[in-house]
Amino acid sequence: MFYRAAGQFKTSYRADQALFPVRQDAMLLGFILILAWVVFPLTASEFAFQTLLIPILIYSLAALGLNILTGYAGQLSLGTAAFMGVGAYACYKMVTLMPWMSPVVAILLSGVFSAGIGVVFGIPSLRIKGFYLAIATLAAQFFLVWLFEKWAWLYNYNASGAIQVPNLQSFGVYVSGPQATSMVQYYVVLAVVTLLTWVCINLTRGTTGRIWKATRDMDFAAELIGINLMKSKLGAFAVSSYIVGVAGALFVFMWRGAAEPNLFDVPLSFRILFIAIIGGLGSILGNYLGAILIVGLPVILGVLPEVLGMQTDSALAEHLNTMIVGALIIFFLIVEPHGLAQLWRLIREKLVIWPFPH
Amino acid sequence: MLDATEGHTTADGRKIGPVVMEMKNITLRFGGVVAIENISFDIREGEIRAIIGPNGAGKSSMLNVVSGFYTPQEGEVWFRGQPRPPMKPYQVARQGIARTFQNIALFEGMTVLDNVMTGRLTHMKAGLFSQALWKGRAEAEETANREIAERVIDFLEIQAIRKTPVSRLPYGLKKRVELARALAAEPKLLLLDEPMAGMNVEEKEDMSRFILDVNDEFGTTIALIEHDMGVVMDLSDRVVVMDYGKKIGDGTPDEVRNNQEVIDAYLGVQH
Repeated sequence: MFYRAAGQFKTSYRADQALFPVRQDAMLLGFILILAWVVFPLTASEFAFQTLLIPILIYSLAALGLNILTGYAGQLSLGTAAFMGVGAYACYKMVTLMPWMSPVVAILLSGVFSAGIGVVFGIPSLRIKGFYLAIATLAAQFFLVWLFEKWAWLYNYNASGAIQVPNLQSFGVYVSGPQATSMVQYYVVLAVVTLLTWVCINLTRGTTGRIWKATRDMDFAAELIGINLMKSKLGAFAVSSYIVGVAGALFVFMWRGAAEPNLFDVPLSFRILFIAIIGGLGSILGNYLGAILIVGLPVILGVLPEVLGMQTDSALAEHLNTMIVGALIIFFLIVEPHGLAQLWRLIREKLVIWPFPH
Repeated sequence: MLDATEGHTTADGRKIGPVVMEMKNITLRFGGVVAIENISFDIREGEIRAIIGPNGAGKSSMLNVVSGFYTPQEGEVWFRGQPRPPMKPYQVARQGIARTFQNIALFEGMTVLDNVMTGRLTHMKAGLFSQALWKGRAEAEETANREIAERVIDFLEIQAIRKTPVSRLPYGLKKRVELARALAAEPKLLLLDEPMAGMNVEEKEDMSRFILDVNDEFGTTIALIEHDMGVVMDLSDRVVVMDYGKKIGDGTPDEVRNNQEVIDAYLGVQH
């Protein structure tokens, strides 16, 4: 097979620690990046942008944020949607209070607010673990959604109680609002997601990643090795909430166009948790695979009958869709409880030594 | 006369230095239970110091006091000539005290190499920004510390498994990886809590050799708890014997072996 590490010798630790020690991995990533940056935007229809490309990227980013916290640092959280909401509302307030601000900058800054809120709600993690912590973060979920509803200043006192994304320009191009084109929005999302993914890869493979994983695997040993658990846990909450907040801002500004408080309710949190679990906790790639499965697959299944020329009742198609996706989720979890990323890892291990078993 | 006095050279030619750690009248209580009662002993630089005693004697509690996990109600811990204020375990680790655990406490989800690299944490100072970009200090540190981690891996002969996740390893190897992780910190004082528990004779011999080599080549001061008397008597320079939270003996292996109180504690006395 063409996928193997044979003949690629490392002569320095630097080379061995490179992002892609196996050349084929780098080529595969290059291929995916070309698809995402060139091929998809040129060929995608408006429908594909709005139902597949943009939401998959945004959900992947939100799952990535959650994965930093739950998969890497081992702190279970059910408050993801609320932190996305903080990012979205912070972004909305920034662009309405300071209309001169570039929306892209506002999106990147909005994560700072959610990071702050995330740290505050992360304080219970210093005392409690596991399911109990999950319940504590659930409190954040309920409290923040309530706040989005009751604090009229957040939605500029408008009658509907919802936030409407205004038309905003960046470098003379409409980036958000009804006048922005899907392609521009796709590129903004892709750029942010690419940047944050790269940062996350670097963080998780270095010292910080080891600190988080040590905290997750054996907290008392981590402490006796010189890790300040408070800094480690709250740091994970900060980084995770930052990413989740940016994902929330993208969610509203680049995709939905408007948001009501209940958009950020528990079901969204669970959806992102499912993506992270099915994709694989403690993995970066897994978030993308999970988002493709949970967000992308229903869309593809939905249009499949039409493409195949079958006449189906739309309600029936929708129910079938739910059943098929549900069955697939169970199937994948049975085949590989550690998620799709682990499945890919095993395939890769086998491919590298193919055709021999060892 | 103690064998390991200052400036003394042991039979195999190792130098025993001044006192690095001194426990002064340590008393540790859990509610009404007295785990450690008024115990004093010292650890000298370069020596192998054993703490022995029957089950429940307070040995592990003692080690937990040294590593900052418990704060004693009475008494002082002196480290390198200074009394140590009560501190958190991670601060103790940064002072140069590393340890292993009775029940292996490795980071199961990480590879052997990552576990050993985690042991280097106290030596890595790159900021978050540098790490996020994987440029500058972060990258340089990663490479420099990798080299030290690899030296430890070579030393303990675990090269072949360096990229294996720890969860896949057998028990004996896990114990060795744990020693590697502690060694990677380049500790001034290494605490080993039952390094040979649950091992067969061969693994015990391997582990004994590694402990002696560590002490010999790096001059690391070692304090260990062990139940295998043969191992303790062969390895250690001086032995503290505890029973029911009290110190009942302290001295060279030979002295301890002939101490009537110690014999009583281990074999029982007729009442």
